[in-house]
Amino acid sequence: MAVVIFIETQNGKASKTGLELLSYGRSIAEATSASLIAVIFSDSDTQELTDHGADVIYTVDTATDSNFNLERYSATLSEICALEKATIVVVSSSSEGRYLGPSLAVKTGATYLSNAVALPTTYNPLTVKQSCFTNKGFAISESMSSCTVLSLSSNAFGIHPQPGRGEVKTYPYASTKSKLEVTKVEHAQESISIADADIVVSGGRGLKGPEHWHLIEDLASTLGAATACSKPVSDLGWRPHSEHVGQTGKPVASNLYIAIGISGAIQHLAGINASKVKVVINNDPEAPFFKAADYGIVGDAFEVVPRLIEKLKALKKA
Amino acid sequence: MKILVCISCVPDTTTKINFTADQKEFDTQGVQYIINPNDEFGLTRAIRLQQSHGAHVTVVTVGEVSCEQILRKCLAIGADAAVRIDAHPNDGYFVAKQLEAICIKQPFDLIITGRESIDYNGGMVGGMLATLMQLPYVTQCVGLEINGDQALMQREIDGGNEHSKANLPVVIGAQKGLVEEKDLIIPNMRGIMQARQKPLLVEAPLTIEAKSQIEFYEKPKPRGPVTLFDPSDVDGLLNALQNQAKVL
Ligand SMILES: Cc1cc2nc3c(=O)[nH]c(=O)nc-3n(C[C@H](O)[C@H](O)[C@H](O)COP(=O)(O)OP(=O)(O)OC[C@H]3O[C@@H](n4cnc5c(N)ncnc54)[C@H](O)[C@@H]3O)c2cc1C
Ligand SMILES: Nc1ncnc2c1ncn2[C@@H]1O[C@H](COP(=O)(O)O)[C@@H](O)[C@H]1O
Repeated sequence: MAVVIFIETQNGKASKTGLELLSYGRSIAEATSASLIAVIFSDSDTQELTDHGADVIYTVDTATDSNFNLERYSATLSEICALEKATIVVVSSSSEGRYLGPSLAVKTGATYLSNAVALPTTYNPLTVKQSCFTNKGFAISESMSSCTVLSLSSNAFGIHPQPGRGEVKTYPYASTKSKLEVTKVEHAQESISIADADIVVSGGRGLKGPEHWHLIEDLASTLGAATACSKPVSDLGWRPHSEHVGQTGKPVASNLYIAIGISGAIQHLAGINASKVKVVINNDPEAPFFKAADYGIVGDAFEVVPRLIEKLKALKKA
Repeated sequence: MKILVCISCVPDTTTKINFTADQKEFDTQGVQYIINPNDEFGLTRAIRLQQSHGAHVTVVTVGEVSCEQILRKCLAIGADAAVRIDAHPNDGYFVAKQLEAICIKQPFDLIITGRESIDYNGGMVGGMLATLMQLPYVTQCVGLEINGDQALMQREIDGGNEHSKANLPVVIGAQKGLVEEKDLIIPNMRGIMQARQKPLLVEAPLTIEAKSQIEFYEKPKPRGPVTLFDPSDVDGLLNALQNQAKVL
């Protein structure tokens, strides 16, 4: 029996969500007396993976293929799953994880269950709680196959390092000829992506125009946070589409979400509800966001935000 | 060129989600259904290709008879034909297998799905269909041009964009950005009249075992009231974030 984890990389190193998957996988491995197998498509530092719970680490050298390649990654992983007799495979809910999961499930004949938010409650059959209706509800689902591919919602489990055996093996990259040819990859200048950020600072139409976005950007950079926005802000072209969060935009599951000049429409809230702590700054005490937030200030963003930035900078210096 | 757009019928985005008293089912009472927003972006791109490349656009849904009003709306937006596979969409795999059957019967050059349905957020049907059919797949697709028998695509990745190309047929997972919000087509009277004359075929499903089933539902725990601070008291807020919530 084995639990297989796909470790995503960032600049050749395991990503934060990769480490979270290891913690999740470690708990499953303990509960089911299985080995925890980590697969990483890079020759990165494997010690970190051992420290976070991996019993066996497969490193796959992708040589000239520097980009994520759905067909070849999923072919390689499905071979490893067969070799190790995987019963549970875990990927993250990032762009790559959710791209890979369904394909891998079809290749291995497994059931795919997305957006798991907790450890499975039973293992035979496997049942697990998934978020659905964009965080407006949860479904407790049962897998009807002997192998299940799960995608874990980011930040749902946390990182709890606990060492594994750490046996390192190499595995050849599938030679499958890819039908899709990547021609160019553009990386936005934005320093922290919404998917990885612990803190997200988000602005709405209450900021009145793109010329005021320095407030959001300053606050974000002081906090080491990613920037985001409501849908109309991206529709109006004040900010790029990639910053639009909500039911029809990107999901946010950060530790802290700060909403400035955002009313808190149901479609917006749905997408950010998985965040742990929510702060709202809005000058309308009736704004629906106040019903969904943990902390709030009823006030003018143009007064409150500069004050916040100033205090935070002072705190940092102290 | 033949395009298939896969449509999932989902509760309107403003729906308050409730479950039946035994928690076994989603309570559909008073729920308005809409075209899944990601699919609407995909359908709009397909209609643009109909206009620019003379493409023929078929929409398909796996669903019960109540979904036909959604298919009629797709026809009014401009699709040429609609197919309903008469089955309850049990799980993503079940749906992907039904769609595969349609694509085997009648080959398409371009298969458009949405990045995910906003109800169950599986984000799986497109990837499964592509893998079953061994076709290239680009999800979170924010750009699609057809150049002869090639598709030029863009995928939104965490913090950027990836450009790729592949020979047709391809499968994409559409989302906002593939077309702009303002380009979405609102059906006019002429479209609605024409839609009545267009074919809407109902097909029997294949017998496929679903791979998962929902045992029961839960609602999120109700949350406590917000703690408010005076606009002059940002210290109070920062203190709470540091020492109470421990997120700074
Ligand atoms: C199908 C569909 C899907 C959608 N999906 C999404 C989605 O994914 N994400 C999303 O965000 N929206 C989505 N929406 C849109 C959503 O319904 C709202 O229209 C939108 O979230 C409102 O954005 P907003 O809060 O920035 O703007 P507004 O509703 O205009 O709110 C602006 C807020 O700023 C406050 N304000 C004004 N001045 C100040 C000031 N000086 N200081 C402080 N506060 C101030 C106001 O009190 C107000 O509450 C969707 C809508 C539909 C129909
Ligand atoms: N019942 C269905 N009938 C037709 N297409 C569907 C159905 N369910 C999902 N799809 C398609 O698959 C995409 C992803 O759905 P999902 O995997 O359910 O998140 C949707 O955006 C649709 O394009």
